[in-house]
Amino acid sequence: MTSRGGSSHIGAVLSMADIIAVLYGAVLRVDPERPNWPERDRFILSKGHAGAGVYAALAERGFFSLETLSTHYQDGSNLSGHVSHKNIAGVEFSTGSLGHGLPVGVGMALGAALDGRSHRIVVLMSDGECDEGSNWEAILFAAHHRLANVTAVIDYNKIQSLKSVAETVALEPFADKWTAFGWRVLEVDGHDHDALLETLHTAADPTGKPTCVIAHTTKGKGVSFMENSVLWHYRTARGEEFANAELELLNG
Amino acid sequence: MRDAFIGRLEALAEANSRILLITGDLGFGVLTSFEKRFPRQFVNAGVAEQNMTGLATGLALDGRIVFTYSIGNFPTLRCLEQIRNDAAYHGANVKIVAIGGGFSYGALGMSHHATEDLAILRALGITVVAPGCDWEAAEAATALADRPGTCYIRLDRTSAGSTALVGEHFQIGRARMLRPGTDVTLISTGGILSQVLLAAETLSQLGVQARVLSMHTIQPLDDAAVRSAVMETGGIVTVEEHTVHGGLGGAVAEYCLEAGVIPKAFRRVGLRDGFSAIVGSQDYLRQQYGMDERAIVDAAKHVVAASARTSVGVAG
Repeated sequence: MTSRGGSSHIGAVLSMADIIAVLYGAVLRVDPERPNWPERDRFILSKGHAGAGVYAALAERGFFSLETLSTHYQDGSNLSGHVSHKNIAGVEFSTGSLGHGLPVGVGMALGAALDGRSHRIVVLMSDGECDEGSNWEAILFAAHHRLANVTAVIDYNKIQSLKSVAETVALEPFADKWTAFGWRVLEVDGHDHDALLETLHTAADPTGKPTCVIAHTTKGKGVSFMENSVLWHYRTARGEEFANAELELLNG
Repeated sequence: MRDAFIGRLEALAEANSRILLITGDLGFGVLTSFEKRFPRQFVNAGVAEQNMTGLATGLALDGRIVFTYSIGNFPTLRCLEQIRNDAAYHGANVKIVAIGGGFSYGALGMSHHATEDLAILRALGITVVAPGCDWEAAEAATALADRPGTCYIRLDRTSAGSTALVGEHFQIGRARMLRPGTDVTLISTGGILSQVLLAAETLSQLGVQARVLSMHTIQPLDDAAVRSAVMETGGIVTVEEHTVHGGLGGAVAEYCLEAGVIPKAFRRVGLRDGFSAIVGSQDYLRQQYGMDERAIVDAAKHVVAASARTSVGVAG
Protein backbone atom coordinates (compact mmCIF):
# COMPACT_ATOMS: atom_id res chain seq x y z
CA MET A 1 0.00 0.00 0.00
CA THR A 2 2.86 2.41 0.63
CA SER A 3 4.47 1.53 -2.69
CA ARG A 4 1.27 1.97 -4.67
CA GLY A 5 0.49 5.28 -3.04
CA GLY A 6 4.07 6.45 -3.09
CA SER A 7 4.14 7.32 0.60
CA SER A 8 7.21 7.70 2.75
CA HIS A 9 7.97 6.44 6.28
CA ILE A 10 8.13 2.72 5.48
CA GLY A 11 11.16 2.44 7.76
CA ALA A 12 9.11 3.80 10.66
CA VAL A 13 6.29 1.35 9.89
CA LEU A 14 8.56 -1.68 9.81
CA SER A 15 10.20 -0.51 13.02
CA MET A 16 6.93 -0.83 14.94
CA ALA A 17 5.26 -3.58 12.91
CA ASP A 18 5.92 -6.30 15.50
CA ILE A 19 4.64 -4.09 18.32
CA ILE A 20 1.47 -3.32 16.38
CA ALA A 21 1.00 -7.00 15.49
CA VAL A 22 1.24 -8.05 19.14
CA LEU A 23 -0.97 -5.20 20.36
CA TYR A 24 -3.76 -5.79 17.84
CA GLY A 25 -3.26 -9.53 17.71
CA ALA A 26 -3.26 -10.36 21.39
CA VAL A 27 -3.22 -7.42 23.79
CA LEU A 28 -5.77 -4.73 23.03
CA ARG A 29 -9.36 -5.46 23.94
CA VAL A 30 -11.07 -4.08 20.87
CA ASP A 31 -14.01 -5.36 18.85
CA PRO A 32 -14.38 -4.71 15.12
CA GLU A 33 -18.14 -5.25 15.49
CA ARG A 34 -18.30 -2.47 18.07
CA PRO A 35 -15.58 0.08 17.29
CA ASN A 36 -17.02 2.50 19.87
CA TRP A 37 -17.56 -0.10 22.60
CA PRO A 38 -17.15 2.02 25.76
CA GLU A 39 -15.04 -0.60 27.58
CA ARG A 40 -12.55 -1.05 24.74
CA ASP A 41 -8.87 -0.40 25.31
CA ARG A 42 -7.75 2.86 23.74
CA PHE A 43 -4.76 2.80 21.42
CA ILE A 44 -3.18 5.99 20.11
CA LEU A 45 -0.43 5.99 17.54
CA SER A 46 1.41 9.17 18.42
CA LYS A 47 4.02 8.66 15.69
CA GLY A 48 1.29 9.28 13.16
CA HIS A 49 3.63 9.11 10.19
CA ALA A 50 3.60 5.33 10.59
CA GLY A 51 -0.18 5.27 10.22
CA ALA A 52 -0.02 2.76 7.37
CA GLY A 53 0.85 0.14 9.97
CA VAL A 54 -2.27 0.86 12.01
CA TYR A 55 -4.51 0.88 8.96
CA ALA A 56 -3.10 -2.50 7.96
CA ALA A 57 -3.62 -3.93 11.45
CA LEU A 58 -7.20 -2.63 11.63
CA ALA A 59 -7.99 -4.14 8.24
CA GLU A 60 -6.46 -7.45 9.32
CA ARG A 61 -8.62 -7.34 12.44
CA GLY A 62 -11.73 -6.74 10.33
CA PHE A 63 -12.50 -3.11 11.14
CA PHE A 64 -12.69 -2.50 7.41
CA SER A 65 -11.87 -4.39 4.24
CA LEU A 66 -8.36 -5.21 3.12
CA GLU A 67 -9.27 -3.72 -0.26
CA THR A 68 -9.63 -0.32 1.39
CA LEU A 69 -5.89 -0.38 2.04
CA SER A 70 -5.20 -0.11 -1.68
CA THR A 71 -6.49 3.47 -1.63
CA HIS A 72 -3.88 4.59 0.91
CA TYR A 73 -2.23 7.95 0.16
CA GLN A 74 -4.12 8.41 -3.08
CA ASP A 75 -6.56 11.01 -4.39
CA GLY A 76 -9.81 11.01 -2.45
CA SER A 77 -8.74 8.38 0.09
CA ASN A 78 -9.60 8.52 3.77
CA LEU A 79 -6.33 6.77 4.54
CA SER A 80 -3.95 9.68 4.89
CA GLY A 81 -0.21 9.41 5.25
CA HIS A 82 -0.54 10.35 8.90
CA VAL A 83 -3.14 8.37 10.79
CA SER A 84 -6.65 9.89 10.78
CA HIS A 85 -9.91 8.73 12.32
CA LYS A 86 -12.34 10.39 9.93
CA ASN A 87 -14.50 7.80 8.19
CA ILE A 88 -12.20 5.02 9.39
CA ALA A 89 -13.51 2.63 12.02
CA GLY A 90 -11.09 1.70 14.78
CA VAL A 91 -8.72 4.66 14.69
CA GLU A 92 -8.99 6.12 18.17
CA PHE A 93 -7.21 9.36 17.51
CA SER A 94 -5.66 11.26 14.62
CA THR A 95 -2.06 12.36 14.82
CA GLY A 96 0.72 13.49 12.54
CA SER A 97 2.22 16.35 14.46
CA LEU A 98 4.47 14.78 17.07
CA GLY A 99 3.97 15.16 20.80
CA HIS A 100 0.18 15.07 20.72
CA GLY A 101 -0.70 11.46 21.49
CA LEU A 102 0.50 11.15 25.07
CA PRO A 103 -1.34 14.20 26.51
CA VAL A 104 -4.58 12.99 24.93
CA GLY A 105 -3.99 9.43 26.12
CA VAL A 106 -3.33 10.70 29.62
CA GLY A 107 -6.61 12.63 29.45
CA MET A 108 -8.39 9.41 28.49
CA ALA A 109 -6.63 7.66 31.38
CA LEU A 110 -7.72 10.37 33.81
CA GLY A 111 -11.30 10.08 32.59
CA ALA A 112 -11.28 6.30 33.04
CA ALA A 113 -9.74 6.64 36.51
CA LEU A 114 -12.32 9.22 37.60
CA ASP A 115 -15.09 6.90 36.43
CA GLY A 116 -13.53 3.77 37.92
CA ARG A 117 -13.44 2.01 34.57
CA SER A 118 -10.81 -0.63 33.94
CA HIS A 119 -9.82 -0.34 30.29
CA ARG A 120 -6.21 0.46 29.36
CA ILE A 121 -4.80 3.32 27.36
CA VAL A 122 -1.75 2.53 25.23
CA VAL A 123 0.18 5.23 23.38
CA LEU A 124 2.86 4.23 20.89
CA MET A 125 5.49 6.91 20.48
CA SER A 126 8.69 7.37 18.53
CA ASP A 127 12.01 8.11 20.15
CA GLY A 128 12.47 11.29 18.13
CA GLU A 129 9.19 12.69 19.31
CA CYS A 130 10.46 12.61 22.87
CA ASP A 131 12.17 15.85 21.87
CA GLU A 132 8.73 17.46 22.10
CA GLY A 133 8.19 19.21 25.42
CA SER A 134 4.48 18.49 25.43
CA ASN A 135 5.28 14.84 26.16
CA TRP A 136 7.19 15.74 29.28
CA GLU A 137 4.25 17.84 30.46
CA ALA A 138 2.09 14.75 30.17
CA ILE A 139 4.72 12.50 31.73
CA LEU A 140 4.83 14.76 34.81
CA PHE A 141 1.05 14.89 35.00
CA ALA A 142 0.41 11.15 34.65
CA ALA A 143 2.87 10.31 37.42
CA HIS A 144 1.47 12.99 39.72
CA HIS A 145 -2.05 11.62 39.28
CA ARG A 146 -0.88 8.00 39.56
CA LEU A 147 -2.49 6.95 36.31
CA ALA A 148 -1.44 3.32 36.25
CA ASN A 149 -3.89 2.66 33.44
CA VAL A 150 -1.73 4.37 30.83
CA THR A 151 1.17 2.72 29.02
CA ALA A 152 3.57 4.60 26.78
CA VAL A 153 5.41 2.32 24.37
CA ILE A 154 8.52 3.81 22.80
CA ASP A 155 9.56 2.51 19.42
CA TYR A 156 13.23 3.06 20.21
CA ASN A 157 14.94 2.52 16.88
CA LYS A 158 17.49 5.20 17.69
CA ILE A 159 17.19 7.00 14.37
CA GLN A 160 15.27 10.19 13.81
CA SER A 161 14.60 12.43 10.87
CA LEU A 162 18.10 13.39 9.78
CA LYS A 163 20.53 11.39 11.89
CA SER A 164 20.72 9.09 14.87
CA VAL A 165 19.03 10.11 18.09
CA ALA A 166 22.43 10.20 19.78
CA GLU A 167 23.73 12.68 17.22
CA THR A 168 20.59 14.83 17.24
CA VAL A 169 19.40 15.42 20.80
CA ALA A 170 20.58 12.52 22.92
CA LEU A 171 17.94 10.80 25.04
CA GLU A 172 20.22 8.58 27.10
CA PRO A 173 20.07 7.70 29.88
CA PHE A 174 16.54 7.31 28.57
CA ALA A 175 15.07 4.78 30.99
CA ASP A 176 16.47 6.78 33.89
CA LYS A 177 14.61 9.86 32.71
CA TRP A 178 11.25 8.08 32.77
CA THR A 179 12.10 6.54 36.13
CA ALA A 180 13.04 9.92 37.55
CA PHE A 181 9.70 11.28 36.33
CA GLY A 182 7.89 8.62 38.36
CA TRP A 183 7.11 6.01 35.74
CA ARG A 184 7.74 2.27 35.90
CA VAL A 185 10.03 1.34 33.03
CA LEU A 186 10.06 -2.04 31.27
CA GLU A 187 12.56 -2.71 28.49
CA VAL A 188 11.97 -5.27 25.77
CA ASP A 189 13.18 -6.43 22.37
CA GLY A 190 10.60 -4.77 20.13
CA HIS A 191 10.79 -7.55 17.55
CA ASP A 192 10.45 -10.54 19.90
CA HIS A 193 6.76 -11.39 19.93
CA ASP A 194 6.86 -13.57 23.03
CA ALA A 195 8.77 -10.96 25.00
CA LEU A 196 6.47 -8.19 23.75
CA LEU A 197 3.42 -10.23 24.69
CA GLU A 198 4.69 -10.82 28.20
CA THR A 199 5.75 -7.20 28.68
CA LEU A 200 2.57 -5.67 27.30
CA HIS A 201 0.49 -8.04 29.42
CA THR A 202 2.28 -7.02 32.60
CA ALA A 203 -0.28 -6.00 35.16
CA ALA A 204 -0.66 -2.37 36.03
CA ASP A 205 1.83 -1.14 38.58
CA PRO A 206 0.44 -1.84 42.06
CA THR A 207 1.82 1.42 43.42
CA GLY A 208 0.03 3.46 40.79
CA LYS A 209 2.90 4.36 38.50
CA PRO A 210 2.19 4.72 34.81
CA THR A 211 4.22 2.33 32.67
CA CYS A 212 6.75 3.09 29.98
CA VAL A 213 7.75 0.21 27.72
CA ILE A 214 10.99 0.97 25.96
CA ALA A 215 10.95 -1.33 22.96
CA HIS A 216 14.36 -1.62 21.35
CA THR A 217 13.77 -1.81 17.62
CA THR A 218 15.46 -1.57 14.27
CA LYS A 219 14.23 1.01 11.82
CA GLY A 220 13.25 -0.68 8.56
CA LYS A 221 13.26 -4.09 10.29
CA GLY A 222 13.08 -7.07 7.99
CA VAL A 223 14.40 -5.49 4.81
CA SER A 224 18.19 -5.56 4.76
CA PHE A 225 18.66 -2.46 2.66
CA MET A 226 16.17 -0.44 4.73
CA GLU A 227 17.47 -1.36 8.16
CA ASN A 228 19.01 1.46 10.19
CA SER A 229 18.79 3.83 7.25
CA VAL A 230 17.60 7.41 7.40
CA LEU A 231 16.90 7.25 3.67
CA TRP A 232 13.94 4.93 4.23
CA HIS A 233 12.27 7.44 6.48
CA TYR A 234 11.45 9.12 3.18
CA ARG A 235 11.96 6.82 0.21
CA THR A 236 9.25 4.74 -1.41
CA ALA A 237 10.12 1.23 -2.55
CA ARG A 238 9.18 0.72 -6.17
CA GLY A 239 9.92 -1.77 -8.93
CA GLU A 240 12.83 -4.04 -8.15
CA GLU A 241 13.31 -2.49 -4.72
CA PHE A 242 9.74 -3.28 -3.83
CA ALA A 243 10.01 -6.86 -5.14
CA ASN A 244 13.19 -7.43 -3.14
CA ALA A 245 11.70 -5.93 0.02
CA GLU A 246 8.57 -8.06 -0.32
CA LEU A 247 10.66 -11.17 -0.85
CA GLU A 248 12.78 -10.49 2.22
CA LEU A 249 9.73 -9.88 4.39
CA LEU A 250 7.99 -13.03 3.16
CA ASN A 251 11.08 -15.10 3.81
CA GLY A 252 11.94 -13.34 7.06
CA MET B 1 -17.44 39.24 33.67
CA ARG B 2 -15.11 36.50 34.82
CA ASP B 3 -16.92 36.01 38.10
CA ALA B 4 -20.29 35.94 36.36
CA PHE B 5 -19.01 33.23 34.04
CA ILE B 6 -17.42 31.11 36.77
CA GLY B 7 -20.48 31.54 38.99
CA ARG B 8 -22.67 30.12 36.25
CA LEU B 9 -20.16 27.36 35.55
CA GLU B 10 -20.45 26.26 39.18
CA ALA B 11 -24.21 25.96 38.81
CA LEU B 12 -23.74 23.97 35.61
CA ALA B 13 -21.18 21.68 37.25
CA GLU B 14 -23.54 21.02 40.13
CA ALA B 15 -26.27 19.97 37.73
CA ASN B 16 -24.02 17.94 35.42
CA SER B 17 -21.19 15.82 36.80
CA ARG B 18 -19.75 15.41 33.29
CA ILE B 19 -18.60 19.02 33.33
CA LEU B 20 -14.93 19.32 34.24
CA LEU B 21 -12.74 22.40 34.59
CA ILE B 22 -8.98 22.30 33.93
CA THR B 23 -6.84 25.28 34.78
CA GLY B 24 -3.34 25.98 33.62
CA ASP B 25 -2.38 26.93 37.17
CA LEU B 26 -4.18 30.26 37.10
CA GLY B 27 -7.31 31.64 38.72
CA PHE B 28 -6.05 32.56 42.18
CA GLY B 29 -9.10 33.16 44.36
CA VAL B 30 -11.42 32.82 41.36
CA LEU B 31 -11.59 29.05 41.14
CA THR B 32 -11.31 28.31 44.85
CA SER B 33 -15.00 27.79 45.34
CA PHE B 34 -15.30 25.61 42.24
CA GLU B 35 -12.44 23.39 43.38
CA LYS B 36 -13.81 23.10 46.89
CA ARG B 37 -17.31 22.24 45.78
CA PHE B 38 -16.42 19.92 42.91
CA PRO B 39 -13.01 18.37 43.58
CA ARG B 40 -13.70 15.52 41.16
CA GLN B 41 -14.59 17.96 38.41
CA PHE B 42 -11.55 20.16 38.81
CA VAL B 43 -7.98 19.59 37.61
CA ASN B 44 -4.92 21.80 37.77
CA ALA B 45 -2.73 20.81 34.82
CA GLY B 46 0.13 22.96 36.04
CA VAL B 47 1.88 25.49 33.84
CA ALA B 48 1.52 23.28 30.80
CA GLU B 49 -1.06 24.48 28.31
CA GLN B 50 -0.24 21.98 25.58
CA ASN B 51 -0.85 19.12 27.97
CA MET B 52 -3.91 20.89 29.39
CA THR B 53 -5.50 20.99 25.95
CA GLY B 54 -4.49 17.42 25.13
CA LEU B 55 -5.89 16.22 28.46
CA ALA B 56 -9.09 18.13 27.79
CA THR B 57 -9.44 16.43 24.42
CA GLY B 58 -8.88 12.97 25.87
CA LEU B 59 -11.43 13.61 28.61
CA ALA B 60 -13.91 15.09 26.15
CA LEU B 61 -13.63 12.21 23.70
CA ASP B 62 -14.57 9.99 26.61
CA GLY B 63 -17.82 11.86 27.19
CA ARG B 64 -17.00 14.88 29.31
CA ILE B 65 -17.63 18.56 28.70
CA VAL B 66 -14.27 20.11 29.48
CA PHE B 67 -13.54 23.78 30.07
CA THR B 68 -9.87 24.79 29.89
CA TYR B 69 -8.99 27.96 31.74
CA SER B 70 -6.09 30.36 31.65
CA ILE B 71 -5.32 33.99 30.89
CA GLY B 72 -4.32 36.01 27.86
CA ASN B 73 -2.76 33.98 25.06
CA PHE B 74 -1.81 30.97 27.17
CA PRO B 75 -4.87 28.76 26.57
CA THR B 76 -4.97 29.70 22.87
CA LEU B 77 -1.77 30.63 21.06
CA ARG B 78 0.53 28.61 23.30
CA CYS B 79 -1.34 25.43 22.46
CA LEU B 80 -2.84 26.37 19.13
CA GLU B 81 -1.90 23.14 17.41
CA GLN B 82 -3.50 21.09 20.20
CA ILE B 83 -6.68 23.11 19.71
CA ARG B 84 -6.53 22.57 15.97
CA ASN B 85 -5.43 18.94 15.63
CA ASP B 86 -6.66 17.44 18.88
CA ALA B 87 -9.81 19.27 19.91
CA ALA B 88 -11.25 20.85 16.76
CA TYR B 89 -10.43 18.11 14.24
CA HIS B 90 -12.00 15.54 16.53
CA GLY B 91 -15.01 17.74 17.29
CA ALA B 92 -14.17 17.33 20.97
CA ASN B 93 -16.30 19.05 23.59
CA VAL B 94 -13.52 21.35 24.71
CA LYS B 95 -14.46 24.89 25.71
CA ILE B 96 -11.44 27.16 25.88
CA VAL B 97 -11.77 30.03 28.33
CA ALA B 98 -9.31 32.93 28.15
CA ILE B 99 -9.46 35.59 30.80
CA GLY B 100 -8.23 39.06 29.95
CA GLY B 101 -8.95 39.85 26.31
CA GLY B 102 -7.30 42.78 24.59
CA PHE B 103 -5.52 45.13 27.01
CA SER B 104 -7.19 43.75 30.14
CA TYR B 105 -3.71 43.10 31.52
CA GLY B 106 -2.35 46.26 29.94
CA ALA B 107 0.35 46.99 32.49
CA LEU B 108 1.71 43.45 32.41
CA GLY B 109 3.12 44.00 28.95
CA MET B 110 3.03 42.59 25.46
CA SER B 111 3.08 38.91 26.50
CA HIS B 112 -0.26 39.48 28.25
CA HIS B 113 -1.97 41.53 25.56
CA ALA B 114 -4.43 39.22 23.79
CA THR B 115 -4.91 41.03 20.52
CA GLU B 116 -4.93 38.37 17.80
CA ASP B 117 -6.83 35.53 19.47
CA LEU B 118 -10.21 36.12 17.87
CA ALA B 119 -8.84 36.09 14.32
CA ILE B 120 -6.62 33.09 14.89
CA LEU B 121 -9.27 30.97 16.61
CA ARG B 122 -11.88 32.01 14.07
CA ALA B 123 -9.67 30.63 11.32
CA LEU B 124 -10.02 27.16 12.87
CA GLY B 125 -13.74 27.16 12.12
CA ILE B 126 -14.71 26.76 15.78
CA THR B 127 -17.28 28.76 17.73
CA VAL B 128 -15.77 32.06 18.91
CA VAL B 129 -17.50 34.12 21.59
CA ALA B 130 -16.49 37.40 23.26
CA PRO B 131 -19.23 38.58 25.62
CA GLY B 132 -19.71 42.29 26.13
CA CYS B 133 -21.31 42.22 29.55
CA ASP B 134 -21.69 40.07 32.64
CA TRP B 135 -25.08 38.77 31.60
CA GLU B 136 -23.77 37.67 28.21
CA ALA B 137 -20.82 35.96 29.90
CA ALA B 138 -23.03 33.95 32.25
CA GLU B 139 -25.50 33.05 29.52
CA ALA B 140 -22.63 32.06 27.24
CA ALA B 141 -21.40 29.57 29.87
CA THR B 142 -24.74 27.78 29.70
CA ALA B 143 -24.92 27.98 25.92
CA LEU B 144 -21.40 26.66 25.42
CA ALA B 145 -21.93 23.73 27.79
CA ASP B 146 -24.87 22.75 25.61
CA ARG B 147 -23.13 23.36 22.32
CA PRO B 148 -21.35 20.36 20.78
CA GLY B 149 -17.77 20.70 19.62
CA THR B 150 -14.83 22.94 20.33
CA CYS B 151 -15.55 26.53 21.33
CA TYR B 152 -13.53 29.53 22.40
CA ILE B 153 -14.66 32.24 24.79
CA ARG B 154 -12.71 35.38 25.59
CA LEU B 155 -13.63 37.12 28.82
CA ASP B 156 -12.49 40.67 29.35
CA ARG B 157 -11.69 42.08 32.73
CA THR B 158 -14.08 44.97 32.26
CA SER B 159 -17.57 44.78 30.90
CA ALA B 160 -20.64 46.84 30.22
CA GLY B 161 -22.20 45.62 33.47
CA SER B 162 -25.39 43.80 32.66
CA THR B 163 -27.28 44.82 29.56
CA ALA B 164 -29.98 42.16 29.71
CA LEU B 165 -33.39 43.26 28.54
CA VAL B 166 -36.49 41.99 30.31
CA GLY B 167 -37.26 38.43 29.30
CA GLU B 168 -34.34 38.31 26.89
CA HIS B 169 -33.06 34.95 25.69
CA PHE B 170 -29.36 34.58 24.82
CA GLN B 171 -28.37 32.65 21.73
CA ILE B 172 -24.93 31.87 20.34
CA GLY B 173 -24.67 33.46 16.91
CA ARG B 174 -27.48 35.94 17.48
CA ALA B 175 -26.45 39.57 17.90
CA ARG B 176 -28.27 41.74 20.43
CA MET B 177 -29.53 45.17 19.50
CA LEU B 178 -28.90 47.31 22.56
CA ARG B 179 -29.86 50.60 21.01
CA PRO B 180 -31.97 51.43 17.97
CA GLY B 181 -30.80 53.91 15.37
CA THR B 182 -30.54 54.50 11.64
CA ASP B 183 -27.69 56.96 11.16
CA VAL B 184 -24.94 54.44 11.74
CA THR B 185 -24.48 50.99 13.33
CA LEU B 186 -21.81 50.31 15.91
CA ILE B 187 -21.06 46.58 15.99
CA SER B 188 -19.16 45.61 19.10
CA THR B 189 -17.56 42.46 20.40
CA GLY B 190 -16.11 41.89 23.88
CA GLY B 191 -15.94 44.09 26.94
CA ILE B 192 -15.26 47.20 24.87
CA LEU B 193 -19.04 47.27 24.54
CA SER B 194 -18.94 49.66 27.51
CA GLN B 195 -17.07 52.22 25.36
CA VAL B 196 -19.42 51.63 22.45
CA LEU B 197 -22.47 52.37 24.59
CA LEU B 198 -20.82 55.55 25.88
CA ALA B 199 -20.00 56.56 22.32
CA ALA B 200 -23.58 55.95 21.22
CA GLU B 201 -24.79 58.23 24.01
CA THR B 202 -22.35 60.96 23.02
CA LEU B 203 -23.37 60.61 19.38
CA SER B 204 -26.99 60.92 20.36
CA GLN B 205 -26.23 64.23 22.01
CA LEU B 206 -24.65 65.32 18.74
CA GLY B 207 -27.81 64.36 16.90
CA VAL B 208 -26.50 61.08 15.49
CA GLN B 209 -28.65 58.07 16.33
CA ALA B 210 -26.41 55.02 16.40
CA ARG B 211 -27.70 51.48 16.41
CA VAL B 212 -25.65 49.34 18.78
CA LEU B 213 -25.23 45.63 18.13
CA SER B 214 -23.48 43.45 20.66
CA MET B 215 -21.95 40.81 18.42
CA HIS B 216 -20.92 38.51 21.25
CA THR B 217 -20.42 35.66 18.79
CA ILE B 218 -17.92 36.26 16.02
CA GLN B 219 -18.31 32.76 14.68
CA PRO B 220 -20.93 31.94 13.57
CA LEU B 221 -21.52 35.56 12.66
CA ASP B 222 -25.08 36.87 12.75
CA ASP B 223 -25.29 37.62 9.03
CA ALA B 224 -28.92 38.68 9.23
CA ALA B 225 -28.18 41.36 11.82
CA VAL B 226 -25.32 42.70 9.69
CA ARG B 227 -27.53 42.70 6.61
CA SER B 228 -30.24 44.64 8.42
CA ALA B 229 -27.69 47.12 9.71
CA VAL B 230 -26.37 47.70 6.20
CA MET B 231 -29.84 48.06 4.68
CA GLU B 232 -31.36 50.16 7.43
CA THR B 233 -28.56 52.41 8.64
CA GLY B 234 -26.08 54.85 7.19
CA GLY B 235 -23.02 52.68 7.59
CA ILE B 236 -21.05 50.33 9.80
CA VAL B 237 -18.39 50.78 12.45
CA THR B 238 -16.96 47.62 13.95
CA VAL B 239 -15.29 47.85 17.36
CA GLU B 240 -13.00 45.28 18.91
CA GLU B 241 -10.12 45.38 21.37
CA HIS B 242 -8.09 43.33 18.96
CA THR B 243 -6.15 43.69 15.75
CA VAL B 244 -8.24 44.92 12.84
CA HIS B 245 -6.93 41.97 10.85
CA GLY B 246 -9.31 39.07 10.68
CA GLY B 247 -11.44 39.61 13.75
CA LEU B 248 -14.91 41.12 13.97
CA GLY B 249 -14.24 43.81 11.37
CA GLY B 250 -12.79 41.25 9.01
CA ALA B 251 -15.71 38.87 9.50
CA VAL B 252 -18.28 41.61 8.87
CA ALA B 253 -16.42 42.87 5.80
CA GLU B 254 -16.10 39.37 4.36
CA TYR B 255 -19.80 38.77 4.75
CA CYS B 256 -20.80 42.11 3.26
CA LEU B 257 -18.63 41.82 0.17
CA GLU B 258 -19.50 38.22 -0.57
CA ALA B 259 -23.20 38.71 0.02
CA GLY B 260 -23.21 41.89 -2.07
CA VAL B 261 -24.61 43.80 0.88
CA ILE B 262 -22.36 46.83 0.69
CA PRO B 263 -22.46 49.43 3.47
CA LYS B 264 -22.54 53.03 2.33
CA ALA B 265 -19.50 53.52 4.54
CA PHE B 266 -17.47 51.17 6.70
CA ARG B 267 -14.77 51.57 9.31
CA ARG B 268 -12.98 49.20 11.66
CA VAL B 269 -11.95 50.36 15.11
CA GLY B 270 -9.20 48.18 16.52
CA LEU B 271 -5.47 47.80 16.90
CA ARG B 272 -3.50 48.80 13.81
CA ASP B 273 0.00 49.16 15.16
CA GLY B 274 0.95 45.54 15.78
CA PHE B 275 2.28 44.94 19.27
CA SER B 276 2.24 47.45 22.05
CA ALA B 277 5.60 48.08 23.63
CA ILE B 278 4.22 50.61 26.08
CA VAL B 279 2.19 49.55 29.06
CA GLY B 280 -0.65 51.10 30.97
CA SER B 281 -4.15 50.59 32.22
CA GLN B 282 -6.76 49.20 29.87
CA ASP B 283 -8.34 52.66 29.57
CA TYR B 284 -4.99 54.24 28.81
CA LEU B 285 -4.08 51.74 26.10
CA ARG B 286 -7.51 51.94 24.53
CA GLN B 287 -7.01 55.66 24.25
CA GLN B 288 -3.44 55.33 22.96
CA TYR B 289 -4.45 52.90 20.26
CA GLY B 290 -7.64 54.58 19.15
CA MET B 291 -10.26 52.30 20.64
CA ASP B 292 -11.78 54.49 23.32
CA GLU B 293 -15.09 56.28 23.31
CA ARG B 294 -13.68 59.29 21.49
CA ALA B 295 -12.15 57.16 18.73
CA ILE B 296 -15.45 55.33 18.26
CA VAL B 297 -17.32 58.63 18.06
CA ASP B 298 -14.83 59.89 15.48
CA ALA B 299 -15.16 56.73 13.40
CA ALA B 300 -18.95 57.00 13.53
CA LYS B 301 -18.85 60.64 12.45
CA HIS B 302 -16.58 59.71 9.56
CA VAL B 303 -18.97 56.99 8.47
CA VAL B 304 -22.01 59.27 8.74
CA ALA B 305 -20.26 61.94 6.66
CA ALA B 306 -19.06 59.47 4.04
CA SER B 307 -22.48 57.92 3.90
CA ALA B 308 -24.07 61.30 3.30
CA ARG B 309 -21.69 61.95 0.42
CA THR B 310 -22.49 58.57 -1.07
CA SER B 311 -26.21 59.21 -0.81
CA VAL B 312 -25.82 62.60 -2.51
CA GLY B 313 -23.72 60.96 -5.17
CA VAL B 314 -26.36 58.29 -5.79
CA ALA B 315 -29.14 60.86 -5.82
CA GLY B 316 -27.17 63.05 -8.23
